[in-house]
Amino acid sequence: MARTVTTQRKSLNTAIAWGIGLLIFFPVLWTILTSFKTEAEAIADPPVFLFFDWTLENYAVVQERSDYMRFLWNSVIIAGVSTLVGIVVAVPAAWSMAFVPSKRTKDVLLWMLSTKMLPAVGALYPIYLIFIELGLLDTRTGLVIVMMLINLPIIVWMLYTYFREIPGEILEAARMDGATLRSEIIHVLTPMAVPGIASTILLNFILAWNEAFWTLNLTAAQSGPLTAFIASYSSPEGLFYAKLSAASTMAIAPILILGWFSQKQLVRGLTFGAVK
Amino acid sequence: MATQHSRSAARVMLAPAVFLLLVWMLVPLTMTLYFSFKRYLPLRGGDQGWVGFDNYVRFVTSSAFWPSVQTTLLIVGGVLLITVILGVLLALLLDQPMWGQGIVRILVIAPFFVMPTVSALVWKNMFMDPVNGLFAHLWKFFGLAPIEWLSQASMLSIVLIVSWQWLPFATLILLTAIQSLDSEQLEAAEMDGANPLARFGHIILPHLSQAITIVILIQTIFLLSIFAEIFVTTQGSFGTRTLAYLIFQRVLESQNVGLGSAGGVYAIILANIVALFLMRIVGKNLDA
Amino acid sequence: MNLKTVLRAACAVALIGTTGAYADSHTVTVTIATVNNGDMIRMQGLTEDFTSQNPDIALEWVTLEENVLRQRVTQDIAAKGGQFDVMTIGTYEVPIWSRNGWLVSLNDLPPEWDADDLLPAIRAGLTVDGELYAAPFYGESSMVMYRTDLMEKAGLEMPDAPTWDFIRDAAAAMTDRDGEIYGVCLRGKAGWGENMAFITATSNSFGARWFDEDWRPQFDSEAWANTLNFYMDLMKSYGPPGSSTNGFNENLSLFQQGKCGMWIDATVAASFVTNPNDSTVADSVGFALAPDNGLGKRGNWLWAWSLAIPAGSDATDAAKKFVAWATSKEYTQLVASKEGWANVPPGTRTSLYENAAYLEAAPFAEMTLNSINAADPTQPTVDSVPYTGVQFVAIPEFAGIATLVGQEFSAALAGQQTVAEALEKAQALTVDEMEAAGY
Repeated sequence: MARTVTTQRKSLNTAIAWGIGLLIFFPVLWTILTSFKTEAEAIADPPVFLFFDWTLENYAVVQERSDYMRFLWNSVIIAGVSTLVGIVVAVPAAWSMAFVPSKRTKDVLLWMLSTKMLPAVGALYPIYLIFIELGLLDTRTGLVIVMMLINLPIIVWMLYTYFREIPGEILEAARMDGATLRSEIIHVLTPMAVPGIASTILLNFILAWNEAFWTLNLTAAQSGPLTAFIASYSSPEGLFYAKLSAASTMAIAPILILGWFSQKQLVRGLTFGAVK
Repeated sequence: MATQHSRSAARVMLAPAVFLLLVWMLVPLTMTLYFSFKRYLPLRGGDQGWVGFDNYVRFVTSSAFWPSVQTTLLIVGGVLLITVILGVLLALLLDQPMWGQGIVRILVIAPFFVMPTVSALVWKNMFMDPVNGLFAHLWKFFGLAPIEWLSQASMLSIVLIVSWQWLPFATLILLTAIQSLDSEQLEAAEMDGANPLARFGHIILPHLSQAITIVILIQTIFLLSIFAEIFVTTQGSFGTRTLAYLIFQRVLESQNVGLGSAGGVYAIILANIVALFLMRIVGKNLDA
Repeated sequence: MNLKTVLRAACAVALIGTTGAYADSHTVTVTIATVNNGDMIRMQGLTEDFTSQNPDIALEWVTLEENVLRQRVTQDIAAKGGQFDVMTIGTYEVPIWSRNGWLVSLNDLPPEWDADDLLPAIRAGLTVDGELYAAPFYGESSMVMYRTDLMEKAGLEMPDAPTWDFIRDAAAAMTDRDGEIYGVCLRGKAGWGENMAFITATSNSFGARWFDEDWRPQFDSEAWANTLNFYMDLMKSYGPPGSSTNGFNENLSLFQQGKCGMWIDATVAASFVTNPNDSTVADSVGFALAPDNGLGKRGNWLWAWSLAIPAGSDATDAAKKFVAWATSKEYTQLVASKEGWANVPPGTRTSLYENAAYLEAAPFAEMTLNSINAADPTQPTVDSVPYTGVQFVAIPEFAGIATLVGQEFSAALAGQQTVAEALEKAQALTVDEMEAAGY
């Protein structure tokens, strides 16, 4: 990392990287900008970038039509609780696979991942019937359960790769000192794995937040998260780019801000064991 | 090092996760299998009796089946190709010394935080619309006729949208892997006069192989079942009907649960073939 | 089953936690699933009028984009999920769902609601065996909307009842590709409620039909080839770019921006294109009946977005009160007083078309009424057919089949296959699907 480079080289790198970064970011930026335009300006030809009459009208219209806070709160609860429950189930599983591996460990791990490959649409009817039977339709509880199960394989795998990086001697030393299994996990393992657990939580929170099939099909008025909120703004009658942009911005802003503030943790943890 | 005691404890600790996933897999699977052998039409009063393998034969002989498998594999393959190649290049670039690296990284990972529905809506309307989209304005600026993205270049458009969403993920994992590369090794190679291409081919790429495997594995899992992007943009027209979308049309649009369930079973088989294929690669590269 | 007990216990615990806050023994909650169309959004904004009259009823709205809404309500009613107390559905669903016993009869709505005031064509479409199963919120047919200024410039005059040949000639005269003005905008986006609504209605005027008396699909007939060739030729020569992905909303936006010379679509669009707040061409729009070919049938459809109550609802009485309110004459008055007469939901009641204030404010009123009256769902085609419905066939399989057929036609419009190929595929897949359905 500490390679010395000329200023010229560094300037060139900077220019290229910023150019590409802005290009990749542009659709998000354009959405945010459009959300402050009037509908007419949103489709102006030629397009206007910054010099238009900035207005908050679209946000006012969207808020008046839908109770944004309710959708937001549902998103937070569903993504948050499902991730936390998933962690609670996954930590012991990952621990046992990392520290007491058997011949089957790899098979179990890959089997878990393969449960994610089943197409959700194929299972909609069965799940819908089960949800009716259990009274789980349009409840946050129901969605928490589904989101937890969907993300569980990823959570287990991520935790497993972090735990494996922890040297076994430390655990043995603790065991020599008479630590029980429980205290071994809570007092020795967990503190060392905090960065890994943090990034696991972050990634799965994002995945659960963005999931748009189950969250749309299993909810009605009570438990709809932001994905359902967006579904009422896609292609309405007449001009809609500005209002769609405002709704989109409202739907992605919380996770975008969270992601940016915690990007160090996310980046550090996002290795899936790819780095030794 | 594992004692008998810890081994049984390990089994107990593994049990909840395995049990939950087993239920999550088996209950819908059993019900899907059950429906797949029935003529089950909710709009015509529901269950109309057992029909043996009728649904399976009908699903696989319909003219839409093989094209949909092909489309699914093309989308998965196309997105993997783009994200891995661009991801490696982008990771190499971001690893270089520069000013404002943190901000550039923030810009690059942003698409990952955008819901698939939102990104599909934004791309479809504000970029790919042939009249009001930004691309249309750009093309006109250069005196070209605007492309009708979603009809004339439908597959390319969808691969583009999905790649945009997954490029950050690939880039981040690859970047982490590159940063863990021993820089002394690289410098030594540089001293020996190895040109940048040789350094990349002999040192960086082998080092990245495991990270690339991970990227391919994780993305494939998510890409096999992409749905929102197609639902929002083309609704399966213009040759973009994936297997998942075909099942959706059977179950929800035609309300033929039996036929759709048979399709679901085929999708499970396809997923397992892909999984088997992946595990052979992963098995080598992933010493789990 | 063990799992069930465990899950039940788990959700019982969770429910105690969540429902405690909502439990209010006096209020009944009515959950309404509706489309994100302008008139429904307006209704949502006016709910205070209803809740102030009915303090013991709380309304919950689930507003979704049309495709998502259809998918959600169909799934819910077919699986008997019971998530909604009022569903927004159309004339296609009403006969099918009510025959399955899934809808509550609305014959007992209060007398002052005045069922006899409903337009006969609309009422007939929502009535099965003498029972009204849905209350029309707004009704529509289709008609030609055209730019009077462009017509004048082209030196033409639109007759009240144009022929398809005239439409083609007018489109040719109005098209100015460099000026981004396209002679005619039509639906091309695949979907049974999108391009197939338009193409099916058009095919009626060309003498085509979906099925003959023995339910044999007719896409191999000459009439269908004529229909599709005419449509493709019109769109490719005089249509906007990307028309194979344009639905109602896309075309509305194009017309409002002044990019279409003519647009043949739902009559409800008339109030949007003449509204100066949204439309740049508001003061130069004229209206005419949907075109014909002199065969005795015009290419206009009939549709009513209606409110229905699913049979499993636990708030039927409250839901009925709401449905009666939202489709009443008083609601029309309410909208008129708040937003002006031009914005009231059209096409459901005779009294509206006798109201001088409405006729004054809505230049499109007469043509809308004439179009609705010109549609005949019981005899939609030139040759006789075993089905009802103008732009749809009222059988459960239709939505699925027509969406697949629509995708073939849309691909042909995008230039990915010829008209003959599209028709051949349409015929094959319709035969296949009808066989699967047991015809």
